[in-house]
Amino acid sequence: MFFLRDSLQDVTGSGFYSSLRRNILLVIIAVSFAPLVLITGLIGYYFHTSYQNKVLDHLVELVEKHKQSIDAFLYERLSGIALIARTFDFEQLSNEMFLREKLSILREEYGGIFVDLGLVSDKGIQIAYAGPFELRRAMYSDAEWFKKAMQSQVFISDVFTGLRGMPHFIVAVKRTYGSREWLLRATIDFVAFNSLVESTKIGATGSAFILNREGEFQTRPRTERAVQRERLLDFLSKRSLEERVAAFQQKDPSGKSFLYVLTPLKNGEWILVYQQDEDDAYADLYRARRWAFLIVLVGGLGIVVTSVALSRRMVHRIERADREKEMMNEQVIEAGKLASVGELAAGIAHEINNPVAIMVEEAGWIEDLLEDEQLSGNANLEEFRRAVRQIQTQGRRCKEITHKLLSFARKTDPKLKEVQLNDLVQEMASLCEQRARFSNVRMELHLDPALPKVCASPSEMQQVFLNLINNALDAMEKTGGKIDITTRVETDRVVVDVADTGPGIPQANLGKIFDPFFTTKPVGKGTGLGLSICYGIIHKMGGEISVQSAVGMGTVFHIRLPLPKGEGKGSCV
Amino acid sequence: MAGTVVMLVDDEVPFVETMTKRLTKRGLTVLSAYSGPEALKGLEEHRNVDVVILDVKMPGMDGIETLREIKRQHPLVEVIMLTGHATVETAIEGMKLGAFDYLMKPCEVEQLMGKVQEAKGKKSQHERKILEARMKEITSRRGFD
Repeated sequence: MFFLRDSLQDVTGSGFYSSLRRNILLVIIAVSFAPLVLITGLIGYYFHTSYQNKVLDHLVELVEKHKQSIDAFLYERLSGIALIARTFDFEQLSNEMFLREKLSILREEYGGIFVDLGLVSDKGIQIAYAGPFELRRAMYSDAEWFKKAMQSQVFISDVFTGLRGMPHFIVAVKRTYGSREWLLRATIDFVAFNSLVESTKIGATGSAFILNREGEFQTRPRTERAVQRERLLDFLSKRSLEERVAAFQQKDPSGKSFLYVLTPLKNGEWILVYQQDEDDAYADLYRARRWAFLIVLVGGLGIVVTSVALSRRMVHRIERADREKEMMNEQVIEAGKLASVGELAAGIAHEINNPVAIMVEEAGWIEDLLEDEQLSGNANLEEFRRAVRQIQTQGRRCKEITHKLLSFARKTDPKLKEVQLNDLVQEMASLCEQRARFSNVRMELHLDPALPKVCASPSEMQQVFLNLINNALDAMEKTGGKIDITTRVETDRVVVDVADTGPGIPQANLGKIFDPFFTTKPVGKGTGLGLSICYGIIHKMGGEISVQSAVGMGTVFHIRLPLPKGEGKGSCV
Repeated sequence: MAGTVVMLVDDEVPFVETMTKRLTKRGLTVLSAYSGPEALKGLEEHRNVDVVILDVKMPGMDGIETLREIKRQHPLVEVIMLTGHATVETAIEGMKLGAFDYLMKPCEVEQLMGKVQEAKGKKSQHERKILEARMKEITSRRGFD
């Protein structure tokens, strides 16, 4: 509850408002940021993991399919060769014309995949050959593939350069002719196979290639440089490839992260490797993350800016409200003070009036006696008379004071009437004309001829105007000057300004001038009640009296009286 | 104006005393009372009172009430109200109830004398008219007989 304040003291210090502003600021920022960050973080985390899983699953599926298609490719070729080997016997196949015919059939059936076709005897001599190279009578007895092919019924070799000096691999089928075994072998076009493997391309960096268990490339990877063969082999050695598919991430020495998906091919002799840059694989995820980050950043900035502006404006408003309240308190105190002082004054006036009356009467009695008795011889007679007169004079002065006090506190409302203030002002001004001329003061009236009538007590308004004009005249008694009286209409009010060019009221006194008994006039000259009487009268009529003053420039009193509510006559009640 | 009988009513004893002395010195016969009931009692005893000088503000039975009673019981007696400023309205109300005039306290004794004389004059005139009316009535009665 930082809106509460402990004492009025705190309010006056600017520290209260700055700490209030800081608190509001922090609360707004905390409350707005917490859900933003939480939601972003939570959704970001779940999205991240699930998206990664999705991507991996997708890749795994893709690789599995690819593996199937590659396996299917290889075994289709193999079965094509096997068909020929089983359908025709050694004699037929050793005829090169026949072989060439079969090769062309195979090429028609399977596309330009088969490069050549050859019949190899158990001694490793190619007995018949069909294809673009001069390989008849070629000796394969020492070739790796030949040894392996002789051990099983069907065989697919690794990629090797061989006699022809070009990368290729061999598909061979073993048959038995009498007591001798023979092989029908076909060369698969490396380029075609390569493009089949490579056909799996995802994004900008995703590509597939095939390794054998020794880690030799069986197809050309898209970018050889990026492939961490050693690492893959290291990985492979630790893992049995009985698993269908393996997926993992690894970093290269430069710190770039790659995604790998591995799956065995050709009964585990080959490995299909799918490789992709992590950045590329998760491009969408990273883009979304960047956007989220940007949104949080911009939103956060917005929150900060808004909360700063908001807290500043709010505190400013609170400050102003506090100030207004304080001012109002002052005014209420002022009015209350006036009222209570007025009542007190009335009481005192009443109490004092009687003793004063008695004193005056006693003095009068002495005066009567002095006249009667034959005291003419007495040297002090004149002095007695003077003293008695003085008592009477001072008694009258007391009477004046008490009467003013009583009129100030008078509660009974004098009758309100519709009054043309212009007339009253004129009347009072002419009343003071003589005195003004005496003090060398010029009096100017600026009366609005269209001034509407207001509800007021004429006698009291006379009193107010007379008081103000007399005050102005008092202020300029010695220096002379000018009095401007202006009447005007201000929306729903009638305003009378009484301005003088006197010495002005010092700032320190400005707040006190409406207080009863406040006067700057010499003792005996003023009671200090004139302005408080004016204040009482104007306020009773629902009006306002205010003052503006600048030392050396002059003083203006503004009287504002409300216009009567109803238009009709007799609306003054 | 010799022979004018005045009754001074005020709760302030010193005021009444001094005023009595001053008015007596000026040739009036002054009776004094310090409250409303006392004044009514005095009027009952002294039928020759011409003018009552009555303070408006008194404890207990105040000036207005006293005035009302005086006017009810002794309609011919004139009443001059004495008042402080705040009770001017009361004084005016008193005049409406038949008081002769009002004066503000403290007042000049000469002013008061003047008012008393006016009041006495009015009362005398009044009495004379009543006398004349009675005489007229008596004479006319005879005429009709």
